Amino acid sequence: MLPPSFIELKDVYKKFYIYNKEFEVLKGINLEIQKGDIFGIVGFSGAGKSTLIRCINRLEIISSGTIRIGKYEINKLSKKELSLYRQKIGIIFQHFNLLDSRTVFGNVAFPLEVAKKSKKEIQERVSEILELVDIADKKDFYPGQLSGGQKQRAGIARALANNPDILLSDEATSALDPVSQLSVLDLLKDINKKLGLTIILITHSLDVIRHACNNMAVLENGIIVEKGSVKEIFVNPKSDTAKVFIKINTDLSISKYVEGDVI
Amino acid sequence: MTDLLLKAFTKEVWDIIIPAIWETVYMTIVSTTITTFFGLLFGIVLLITDKHGLHPIPLFNKVFGSIINAVLSLPSMVVIILALPIAKLIVGITYGPKACIISLTVVCIPIFSRLVENSILEVSKGKIEAAKAMGASNIDIIFKVMLPEALPTLIRNFVVLTITLISITAIAGSFGAGGLGDIAVRYGYHRFRSDILIAAVLVLLVSVNLLQLFGALLARKILKKRHLI
Repeated sequence: MLPPSFIELKDVYKKFYIYNKEFEVLKGINLEIQKGDIFGIVGFSGAGKSTLIRCINRLEIISSGTIRIGKYEINKLSKKELSLYRQKIGIIFQHFNLLDSRTVFGNVAFPLEVAKKSKKEIQERVSEILELVDIADKKDFYPGQLSGGQKQRAGIARALANNPDILLSDEATSALDPVSQLSVLDLLKDINKKLGLTIILITHSLDVIRHACNNMAVLENGIIVEKGSVKEIFVNPKSDTAKVFIKINTDLSISKYVEGDVI
Repeated sequence: MTDLLLKAFTKEVWDIIIPAIWETVYMTIVSTTITTFFGLLFGIVLLITDKHGLHPIPLFNKVFGSIINAVLSLPSMVVIILALPIAKLIVGITYGPKACIISLTVVCIPIFSRLVENSILEVSKGKIEAAKAMGASNIDIIFKVMLPEALPTLIRNFVVLTITLISITAIAGSFGAGGLGDIAVRYGYHRFRSDILIAAVLVLLVSVNLLQLFGALLARKILKKRHLI
């Protein structure tokens, strides 16, 4: 028997109201993610990927259905429980969202201050975590002084500060150049291995999925049209979105290859 | 013309100007302090009770916003007159610098509230969301994210507030508040003492410019420290 899944979404619906008009963004999402997995969710813009990830840490409140993480059912958490729960879920963003008023140290210390840790604990933990993401030398730099890749490393350090169980990545590598992209993805894989962290990665790039993920789901207009292991889906895509995605991907690499060949 | 300018720098003129400077400085400092406190408070309240704010209370926000707008839309002269009974209630008299300070703050609190609200609105939603996602409380978000991130803009708007206050003291001068504005109106306008008018205007001009310069430098210094410029 399989172990009970760590993250479980059941019939999740999310509706938005804009000028009293109803928009259904998630239309019955069912998803199970195992502990320690790196799970990719891929889809075109507007498919509902970001909404889905934001429902997991309750930045958005789902309209119906249940989201269960470990023993928590997250829509039943009280305000206090929610705060504690969120401390255990790190998130990194496409545009980093670091505080410009704080140094790298201050940014990583922020979640620890929120968790009311002592000054000494913060000092130790921040140094340790900056070492882990390999930007210890940038401790006293402001975000304005860092490159994109370094900013995302600071973002990852901040997300990991409270020893979370889950790391959510909302297009975290989309704003980076290819080299930084790879190095950040490698860092995520490394952390996954070292800390046994469950990572959910949202992206519109199949390269990212192929490089980092074990399992994946394809989201199309608020519905999961395909899910399974990355290998399976790459070899035998069933949904249109997955086919298009893989076709674009191979087309691009073929054209690159042909160009190289001709010249 | 040169005669007039020279006359503006005689001892006789400055004997009148210098006490007025102190009155203006006193009124400006006290009313700026009070206005800053309530302006920050009201600005933050307006912001977080908004429909999309940290702690939405839409009905309260509408009513409170309307009151602020109502005071804003009236000419400052009218607000000063309307605020006189409040001044009587608090300091017991309706004339002089103390009463004037109450009127000034009533005029300026709504202005600064909106300035504070707009400054903090500039902080990107993503940063606030990131803080929320880390489990930060609303108090954490206000004091550790919103205010520090908006600090350079807040400083610039604080300078705007101080300058507005100085110029409104001049209007309040007409109600027996004293200060440079009062001198300019009483001597310069009613008694045709252009030399005193020139001296008063010069002092105002220099102090406003110095303030502006100081504020801009401070804001710049913070932006530089954060490597944002």
